[in-house]
This record gives sequence, C-alpha cells and structure tokens, in this order.
Amino acid sequence: MFRALRSQRSFAHGVHPPQAKDDTRDLPIKQFPFAPVMIVPLSQHIGKPALPVVREGQEVERGQLLARPDGFMSVAMHAPASAVVQRIALAPGISGKMTQAIFLKPFPGSSQEVSEGEPCELSSATPEDILLAIQQAGIVGLGGAAFPTHVKLKVPAGKSIDTLIINGVECEPYLTTDHRVMVEQQGDIFTGVRYLLKATGAKGAIIAVEANKLDVAAALRDALPADLPATVQVVAVKYPQGAEKMLIQALLGRQVPSGGLPSDVDVVTVNVATTAEIGRLLPHGRGIQERVITIGGPAIRKKGNYRIPIGTPLRFALEYAGMDEHLSRVFLGGPMMGQALPSLDIPITKGTSGFIAFTDSQTAALPEYPCIHCAYCVEACPLFLNPSQLGLLARAGQYERMADEYHLLDCFECGSCSYVCPAHIPLVQRFRAAKTLVRKRRAAV
Amino acid sequence: MVVLTAVVAIGGLTFLLATLLILANRKLYVEEDQRIDVVEEMLPHANCGACGYPGCRPFAEAVVGGVVGPGKCSVSNIAGREAIAEYLGIEVGEQLKIVARLACAGGSNVARNRAHYAGVSSCLAAAQVAGGGKSCAWGCLGYGDCERVCDFNAISMNSHGLPVVDNAACTACGDCVDICPKDLFSLHPEDHRLWVACRNLEQGDAVLAACEVACTACERCAQDASAGLITMRDHLPVVDYSRAHATRVPIERCPTGAIVWIDDRAGVLRGAASKKIVRHSALPESPS
Repeated sequence: MFRALRSQRSFAHGVHPPQAKDDTRDLPIKQFPFAPVMIVPLSQHIGKPALPVVREGQEVERGQLLARPDGFMSVAMHAPASAVVQRIALAPGISGKMTQAIFLKPFPGSSQEVSEGEPCELSSATPEDILLAIQQAGIVGLGGAAFPTHVKLKVPAGKSIDTLIINGVECEPYLTTDHRVMVEQQGDIFTGVRYLLKATGAKGAIIAVEANKLDVAAALRDALPADLPATVQVVAVKYPQGAEKMLIQALLGRQVPSGGLPSDVDVVTVNVATTAEIGRLLPHGRGIQERVITIGGPAIRKKGNYRIPIGTPLRFALEYAGMDEHLSRVFLGGPMMGQALPSLDIPITKGTSGFIAFTDSQTAALPEYPCIHCAYCVEACPLFLNPSQLGLLARAGQYERMADEYHLLDCFECGSCSYVCPAHIPLVQRFRAAKTLVRKRRAAV
Repeated sequence: MVVLTAVVAIGGLTFLLATLLILANRKLYVEEDQRIDVVEEMLPHANCGACGYPGCRPFAEAVVGGVVGPGKCSVSNIAGREAIAEYLGIEVGEQLKIVARLACAGGSNVARNRAHYAGVSSCLAAAQVAGGGKSCAWGCLGYGDCERVCDFNAISMNSHGLPVVDNAACTACGDCVDICPKDLFSLHPEDHRLWVACRNLEQGDAVLAACEVACTACERCAQDASAGLITMRDHLPVVDYSRAHATRVPIERCPTGAIVWIDDRAGVLRGAASKKIVRHSALPESPS
C-alpha cells in the first residue's frame, strides 16, 4: 500500500472532478452495427484534408483506401464498410464548418471482411517505413486531438528521443475507452510499443496509468514481455493528468517550454489506444476504419464501450444506444473538454473518444456573476496562467494583450478554471474565442 | 565663502548645460514641414487606419508629401477634404466612399436555428460551440459583436438580429471585418451596386431548409447578366466589379432574393421574382 502511495506522482495545480466511470469501466468492448448511411469527412485530423481516390457510384470494400494523404501533414482515409459511394459533398463537422465528406451506403448482405494490404514488418522496417505505414494507415491521435501520429513521431533534426510515454491516463470523466483497450488489447499495445520504439529511437517506454485503474496497471505489469524495455507507472488521480505536458512533468519532472513540443525535452507521448491501433493494423497493412468509444451519461440507456465504424452519424449511434426521453444535450468527448453539439448529423470521426448525454435538469445554465478575484482559477490552472485576468481582458476585448502579456496561446483549454469558478464565468469558451481571433489576425499579417 | 562656491558651481553647471542644449538643438534640429501639423489638425483625429496609414499623423505626412490626396480619408466629410486640398493647393484626389457590407440576409424571420444556444451572448464565443446554433454554417449569428466593436456607431442590429450598416457613418475602418467569426463583412465602394447577400456553399433544397433567402445556385443571375459579369464559383455567384454593371437585370429572376441591388436612395432592392417575405416574427427553433 505504501508503495502505491509513493509511486503516485503528479503535477502542481489541477482539479478533482467526479470520475463518473463506474457505469462503463467494466463493460467489455462491443461491436457497433453499421449505420444505413455513413459520412466519412476528408478532414478528420489536424492538417490538410485527404484527397479522395474514389468517385460517386463506385463500390468499395471495407478497409479499402477512400482518400490519400495530401502532403506530409495529412493522413489516409479508409472505407468503414463494404459500400457504394453515394456522393462526395459537404457535411457538418464539430468545427462548425461544413467540410467535404464521402457519403457511403453499406451493402446489407456483405460479409464485411476487411481487406489486407502490404504489411509493415517490424523486423525489417526502417523508422521511415514505419512513419509512412502509420500515415498510410490513417492513424491520428485517438485521445481526441486527432493530430497525425506520424508527424508527432518525426524526430526534429538535431534532437533525439530518450523516452516514449504511452498515455493511458484517461483523466476525462465518463470516458473508459482507453481503460477497456488496456484490459482487452494488451498484445496490440505491446506490439505498438515495439513499432514506436523503433520509429523514434527511444531507449525505453513508460506506460502511464492513472491510480483509478490499479487493476489495469497490475495486469499490464504481469503481461509485459521480458524483452520489451518498458515499465508501467501509476500517476495520481487528478485532472488534467492526461495532458501531455502534465504527464511528462509527473513522470520525468521535465517541463516542456512555452510554445515548445515534448521533443524539446527528449520525449514523445502517444495515446494508448493509438498505440494499440498501430500494433493491430501495421502487421496486416490495414487502415483504421473503426475506433473504440464510450457512450455514457445519465440520458443513455445502453451505456457502454463500443468499437464503432468511423463515419457513423451520431443520430444513429444515439438511437442504437437508446436515449432518455428528457435528453436535452449531447457532448462530444468528455464533460471537461468536450463540446455541446448543435446537430446530430455530425459523424463519429477518428478523434471522437466518446459522447455523453444529459437531461434538461442536469445541464441547466447557471447565472454568471462578476469576477471577484478569488483566484480559485489561478490555483487550478496546470500551466500557471492567470485565468482571472485573462477572463477580464477577454470581456474587455483586449485579445492582443491576452496573447502578448498573459500567454493566452499556451492555454490548452482543459477547463479546470471554468470548473472551479464560483461565479460560473465561461472562461474557456472566452479563451477559445480569443485564441481563434488572435490566430486569424496573425495569419492575416 | 561656502555659499559663493555653491552658487558659482551650480551657476557654472547651469550655464554649461544650457550651452550644450542650445548647441544640440541647433545641430540636431529636424526640419519639419509646418503644414503637417495644420493638416493633422484638419483631419478628424479618428486614428482608425481606414486610409491605410497607421493613424492621422502619418496620413497627414503622406498628404503633405504628395503621396496621396486628402480624398483618401474616409472619415472626414467632403467640405473637410476640400479645405485640406485648398490649404495645400492640391487636388482632392480620388474620393471613393467605401463601406462595410454584410454577405448574409438570414435574419431570425427567414433563417432557421438547428439548436438553442444559451451561452455567452457573443458571436465569437457562440462560433466556438461547433459553429453556433444557426442551421446555416455560414450565416450571421446575430449576437452583435460588430455593433459593439464599431467606433463610429455605424452598425445597428435590426429587429431580426441582423446588423445594418449606416453608410453615412461607416468609415471603412475594417473593425467589423476583423471581428466577425463567419467573415461576412467586406469593404466595398458604394458604387458596387450588385451584391450577393449569401455565403452558403450548398445548393438547391438543402440551402432552403436552412434559410429562405439563401442562394440556391440556380444560376439565373449569371445567365441574365452581361457576359462575364457574374460567374458561378462553389455554388455562389461572384460579381466581377471591374466590369460595368449599370442595370439591375441580373437580380430580377432571383427566386430567393439572395442577389440584390443596392440603391443610394431606395436602399436594398430585391428582384421582382423573389419570394416575398411577409413574416416579421422569428422562426421557431427546430433542434435536430
């Protein structure tokens, strides 16, 4: 017991929201059925949209390439089902912009077998081969950011990586996808780690697990192959422990500089589900066409963890999972960093870690009061910013000052400040707005 | 004796420093055109930057230097610009009245909402929540960020939640262009009469489900206009303002009134064939 306490490292500041994981943490991953129409956006990742290689009316097999990457900062898209391409048209997305998407109509009678491609052999592949295979497999950060994984793994010239961190923290309440992946796909994770170690040249790997999953940590330790230079480490339960910078701070005591990347402190962090997908797909040369999500929240009847085809419209997913009649709001992602949805026509994308639904009474808007400078937010901010001051500046429209003097652009929108604010000021929403405007202005210059 | 020493020392020091100051003033004196001060005084002191210079002083320097004519100042009135021209003995120069225009006509009486947004009453903030509650992803959110940011009170929100620009008060400073999260404002000379008040990139019925005054990309305006004046791009008509456009023929057959004619006296004119909108109340929300 003492050992467990001693090993629970963490970062300074942060908050402790209710975990709300008990409903789904022990439910095995179930396969989700195919929707009658699937919407595969060409831009599910940060970077340039993929270029379609299919045309309207064409029949595609499950796992077949739908779109190829457009440059380095882009990834491939694969068919989530054996289907016919209905049309390539605009579809709504979580960004609020309409983007090009491939609409697929799955064949009802198909066996839905996944086609195999050119495998990426671990023993013979060079680091460049692995990066290319990851890009061709369409793999992006499945934790939510959807940043192309091969870009993240590309070690900048003149830098070297000594530690690979596999992020299995999953600090966002309600979500249990990474938890289930770590229980059910340990073999895939270890294979993925081997690929990642080879691609980055890191000497060793740390699989980081939050202390609310001690059973998972123990199971992973037991299953760890003897020849794999990896350890399983437990970090304290605290939000946002799963944020890259916070995790590096907790495990290694290194601080990623402002505006910098983990490679500046010789580290690369990869989400555990992403790692598992690499280990699952690369040996078969397959592309990513489904992912694990948690469907939860009080307004959902069949809560659970599902392996869901990418491109499944949320409306279909919600109807399958069964919703409470009083359902009023659906959030994509968890309650801390997720977004309220204005439409259910949005599809599940690679970056969707889950969605949660609430009823009217649970999401009643609380009245906003003036800031009294109580500094709860200052105590909560894991980056040691001053959300109180930033909030007042945002209210006054002083966006440039927020960026120049108060490090606005370092904020990664974890929501800790909004969570603790006793005046219910929607700080993070204001910061997002300010960041968008500042970035637009800087891009225009 | 002590007093005398002090007086002499301080007096001497004063004399020395004064001499240095006088010499420095002579040596380092910058010859500046006195007229710059006068011209700056005659300018409106708005420091808005609409002329393309950082403020009124740099603009005055440019005017006196003969780089631009006083007509470039969009804030001062005609009399004021002519006074500057007369004082300097130069031409007023090109006087182009430029104003901000909104490329959306989807007020609450014609455009639908797909969700109820209950957060901060600001377009910029609402746009962060997956684009806001409006059904049309391109449309005006109507929370009035432009009205608040305008230093000249040239923008007011009408009863349908759409900003209306007062051309007389607008100085084309561009603050509304900057703040709008949907990038719906742009600056145009007043003599650009044809105006496409829609940015929706979809076509046909999908557009009409979201908004009754949106462009359906029927291309009638492009067919009716003189060759090359209007081209269709991404399901929207694009007007080539470098060509003459003296008639309002292109707007007449528009079924929704998405392309309009902006008249100096009569204001915004919709085509004869456009569907009449008689509804004044807001459309009910239709959350999907």
